[in-house]
Amino acid sequence: MAKHRGRGIASINYPIGMNLGGDPSQALVHSNPSGKFTVSLSSIDLGQGMKSVTRQICAETLGVPVEDVYVDTADSDTGPHCMGSFASRGTHRVGNAVMAAAKEARGVMMEAAAEELEVNAADLDTDGRGNIHVKGAPHRSISTKDVAIAAQFKQGKTISGRGIFLVPLSEVNPETGEMSPATCYAHACLVAEVEVDDETGEVAMVRMDSAYELGRALNPRLVEQQLVGGAWMGISHTLFETPEPYYPDPVHGPRDFVEYLMPGPGDICPHDIAVLERPAADGPFGAKGPGEMCANPVLPAVANAIFNAVGVRMDELPITPEKVLRAIKAQGGARPQARR
Amino acid sequence: MTKTPLQFRHNGRDVALFVEGGVNLLVALRESIGDMTPKFGCGQGGCGACSVLIDGELHLSCLTLAEAVNGRSIQTLDGVKDGPNLHPLQRAFMEQFAAQCGYCTPGMLMAAKALLDRNPSPTRAEVIEAISGNICRCTGYEPIINAVLAAATSGRARA
Repeated sequence: MAKHRGRGIASINYPIGMNLGGDPSQALVHSNPSGKFTVSLSSIDLGQGMKSVTRQICAETLGVPVEDVYVDTADSDTGPHCMGSFASRGTHRVGNAVMAAAKEARGVMMEAAAEELEVNAADLDTDGRGNIHVKGAPHRSISTKDVAIAAQFKQGKTISGRGIFLVPLSEVNPETGEMSPATCYAHACLVAEVEVDDETGEVAMVRMDSAYELGRALNPRLVEQQLVGGAWMGISHTLFETPEPYYPDPVHGPRDFVEYLMPGPGDICPHDIAVLERPAADGPFGAKGPGEMCANPVLPAVANAIFNAVGVRMDELPITPEKVLRAIKAQGGARPQARR
Repeated sequence: MTKTPLQFRHNGRDVALFVEGGVNLLVALRESIGDMTPKFGCGQGGCGACSVLIDGELHLSCLTLAEAVNGRSIQTLDGVKDGPNLHPLQRAFMEQFAAQCGYCTPGMLMAAKALLDRNPSPTRAEVIEAISGNICRCTGYEPIINAVLAAATSGRARA
């Protein structure tokens, strides 16, 4: 009876968004007379950072400080249409829609500024700090607030923009079955190290090392946060979570947090993450987005690590101590594999 | 139904209210006082989202009868900041990105505060032990553990 260490690897490609009917999202951007901008979305932020990222995208596109942008994701009844926050599509799809809307709004803002400064709009630029100036002549400038006031009360213009991002529907080739389900893919590789107790069947996480390629990381801290938290969810799916832990009858299934198991703070392990950035051609500022893929490589990597540790192939989730013990027993004991 | 008069201190202020028998402290705080910082997670002590301090000790407000806190002092997350200044733990949670959806955050902060109040220099293992009654679905705990350790360090630096 002993504890065996094992290491497993898994690589994944992950499509960003989906292609069922084009997968559209819309965004509306408008300013109010204070020179602040509002982004209206129906896309919901569940904590993954949609508001922060769309705020950054809007501010960058408009050329105004990020503090001057407010993102409203309140209501799918009254907001512009969005397919939703799923399929790792938020940053890419909604971000593109916000970028298009902000671009249109920026055009109106520059026209309004041009009228105030009595120059051609093409000769104007933003400084990212809330001012619009004549290129090469920074002293000839006007604040975005004064532009917004002039547009509202003098020129009769709405500084606003509409944006939609729609991936053209890819038809299935009836001959080959070929289609393009996504416009860009994110990639990841993860190595998991585990310790398997051949007496109890318990699998303990020792450490994880991963590399994620997800386009440009628009907000690196939020990307890291998603990857750390998502890997935990992967561990949870691999080793803990199920509505029916051992028995086929749902009556015996867990009904609450006491019975529905998830890893606690004592079950996590060190996780070293490398983020690689290969900007996507059709992403907002090259972004693809992390999302669901944070959890995906953990499951096969841990299953491979268990095989490496004790020589059993686990093909049913979650990999509970009972299943590991039965598998070890069926093969007549732990058979540690070669460690590479 | 007969209602029971009840008085206790809530974040340093005296409050007086009437509660129905059997009402738990979480409901009294949220519905009678309007303090929404303790969250309803499971209602049976399994998740820690409703954690509050009673006379400085960590308790699950969903499992505490409101009548049992008569004359005692309750602190919730709402009473943790000092005027406009965030508590060092709150600041550390922000800086370490220790919240995503935020639902567990008030309970996590109260569990962490209970720890730092009695042990200003906890080890990593002690932090893990202190928050092990609180479930977080988003963060993977690592940023939360780091935030509590960072807050402990910054507290020592100030003192």
